[in-house]
Amino acid sequence: MSISNAGYLNMELLRFTTAGSVDDGKSTLIGRLLYDSKAIFEDQMEAIERASERTGDEEVNLALLTDGLRAEREQGITIDVAYRYFATPKRKFIIADTPGHIQYTRNMVTGASTANVAVILVDARNGVIEQTVRHAYIASLLQIPHIIVCVNKMDLVHFSEEVFENIQRQFKKYSAKLEVKDVRFVPISAKYGDNVVKRSENTGWYDGPTLMYLLENIHISSDLNHTHQRLPVQYVIRPQSDKLPDYRGYAGRIASGVFRPGDRVKVLPSGITTSIRSIDTYKAELDIAFAPQSVTVQLNDDLDISRGDMIVGEHKAPEMGREIDMMICWLSEKPMINRGKYAFRHTTNDMKCVIADVKYKVDINTLDKNYEDKNIGLNEIGRIIVKTTRPLFYDSYRINRITGSVILVDEATNNTVGAGMII
Amino acid sequence: MRENTINHLRELEAESIYVIREVVAQFEKPVMLFSGGKDSIVMFHLSRKAFWPAKIPFPMLHIDTGHNFQETLDYRDNLMNESGTKLIVAYVQDSIDNGRVVEETGVNASRNVLQTVTLLDALEEMKIDVAMGGGRRDEEKARAKERFFSHRDEFGQWDPKNQRPELWNIFNGKKHMGEHFRVFPISNWTEMDVWQYIYMEDIPMPCIYFTHKRKVFNRDGVWLAWAPFMQLKENEEVIVEDVRCRTIGDITCTGLTLSKAITLEEIIQEVATTRITERGGRWDDKRSEAAMEDRKKEGYF
Ligand SMILES: Nc1nc2c(ncn2[C@@H]2O[C@H](COP(=O)(O)OP(=O)(O)O)[C@@H](O)[C@H]2O)c(=O)[nH]1
Repeated sequence: MSISNAGYLNMELLRFTTAGSVDDGKSTLIGRLLYDSKAIFEDQMEAIERASERTGDEEVNLALLTDGLRAEREQGITIDVAYRYFATPKRKFIIADTPGHIQYTRNMVTGASTANVAVILVDARNGVIEQTVRHAYIASLLQIPHIIVCVNKMDLVHFSEEVFENIQRQFKKYSAKLEVKDVRFVPISAKYGDNVVKRSENTGWYDGPTLMYLLENIHISSDLNHTHQRLPVQYVIRPQSDKLPDYRGYAGRIASGVFRPGDRVKVLPSGITTSIRSIDTYKAELDIAFAPQSVTVQLNDDLDISRGDMIVGEHKAPEMGREIDMMICWLSEKPMINRGKYAFRHTTNDMKCVIADVKYKVDINTLDKNYEDKNIGLNEIGRIIVKTTRPLFYDSYRINRITGSVILVDEATNNTVGAGMII
Repeated sequence: MRENTINHLRELEAESIYVIREVVAQFEKPVMLFSGGKDSIVMFHLSRKAFWPAKIPFPMLHIDTGHNFQETLDYRDNLMNESGTKLIVAYVQDSIDNGRVVEETGVNASRNVLQTVTLLDALEEMKIDVAMGGGRRDEEKARAKERFFSHRDEFGQWDPKNQRPELWNIFNGKKHMGEHFRVFPISNWTEMDVWQYIYMEDIPMPCIYFTHKRKVFNRDGVWLAWAPFMQLKENEEVIVEDVRCRTIGDITCTGLTLSKAITLEEIIQEVATTRITERGGRWDDKRSEAAMEDRKKEGYF
């Protein structure tokens, strides 16, 4: 194996989302990252060169790489999360590119749900604006572990240190009210490339890392929860073949925690305890498994286990109950119906629920809580109590993004209408 | 790497296996599309891993345009036999014979577009409620917004405005009678990931992915394989070159790469340095800039 190939096999995966208001330079920044990391191919480059000529741009307009979205925006149709990919020798990146306009809270929430890092753009000339606050709030609500604030268009403010410092101060004033653990600031020019991939000579006063350096080096492996053992059972594998007449494997993706053969575990909802006989993957048994691996587990006792059950550690068991307190982001044009019934999906568990109470609605621009207006419509966020038809075993979203998250589904249309984060 | 971390390929693998298992758990009659291309070979491998030690609990469906590379068919039959997997073949020729579609004529004639009808007919006839495909979001702009679980109406059509948000890894496969889903388990993989994974897992590949001598001709900058049913334009001439396939589809529109790569490592090196997208070599996408988007709406993958 050549050295470079060995390198490819040692990369980490980092998912990030980008947020910014219209014209903050998000498309240009993404184009820049793709371009400077050589993720842009000749035929794509030719296409944007042609398009740039057509629109009379002098330089190649990198924003055209994410053209699909722009065209949609002009036509005013639903804008969606677009996923883009690039890699450096250190990491493979998945960008969830979400448009920044106010009605797209839904998309931002979607993109944020799986992200390790949020890149928030601020136009250096405008500073922290309402949208910035909203982006930061969503990042914190969805518990994205790391936020990188890119102060863009520094070239238009003469690469002023003062401007950068001011924006940093403004942002911190708001983020103090939020649950964000790790915030970094980088002064950039997406258009000219300053501090995106290459260090800028125009910002001598800045001795921090470039955006790319942060993306490549932010420590993400400890973001996973390795303490609470949680394996939601997804599917029961029973070959029922002559060779394996009695094999029963519980297949699923580990939500959190570390599992080893011999571990004492509890099966929910029955509460029966047993131990792990083996952790099987294709043609090999593992002596250790952890999130986010997909595995198949055999247990030492014959139990009646099916999809929707959860195998958990004997200690540090999840909470159990039918009254669930959660934040909800509404995703549908049809507003949430107070006392309404919805299908409810949590890990691999399907049930029904009724909206029992709306505690408050959040004004996502000021972060104020509104206890009067309890109508939650598209793109709005509130705190609600739901009652489920069966007991749910769950964790707080704060400690577990998998066992703490829920979707609500409209039973008439089958559409996903709500995204819930359990308090 | 640190303890308790997995590399990007293992993470993609875990995600794809999760999606495939989710399909089997949520739907009644799944199939997986199998073209013999590298993406479907990887999906097949992932399916095997997902249900091991049991067999793959759904059949593979091959939409056969009749314009195949023989090597692909041999590989396919071997794989199905060796793994004990059920294979269903639906023939575009049948759709032509029974008048469901009309064969294109002229030098650029291709059956790739006709496939859609054959596919939709096959799904309907077998009462399939979900078909898994090897589409990747990095392939093409029109795919960048595609969901893992893509909802289709009764006519198999894709409505970009009516797709469900996908949050965390909770997939909503609920549907009304007659509707179905397309699911793309390897959405988050790039061409590079696919090759690296094949390498890491040591998956045997059809020989035409590696360099071989073949009769080829060049059409507007794309190398195409010559076959008896291919019509040449006046200025086109058939020559023999060292080529390999970057992706395999219908022979009439599969672009070939001039290459001397004989090992997977060499292919990975080539992919790493290639400056043309994979689809840039697909004649069917070149025919119209919005080709892919249109075909998706009609129900092609
Ligand atoms: N001077 C300057 N202009 C920029 C910079 N980044 C983006 N722009 C310009 O700002 C405009 C909006 O950028 P675009 O990337 O389309 O914004 P988006 O709406 O956030 O995607 C375009 O005309 C860009 O060329 C920058 O760093 N400096």
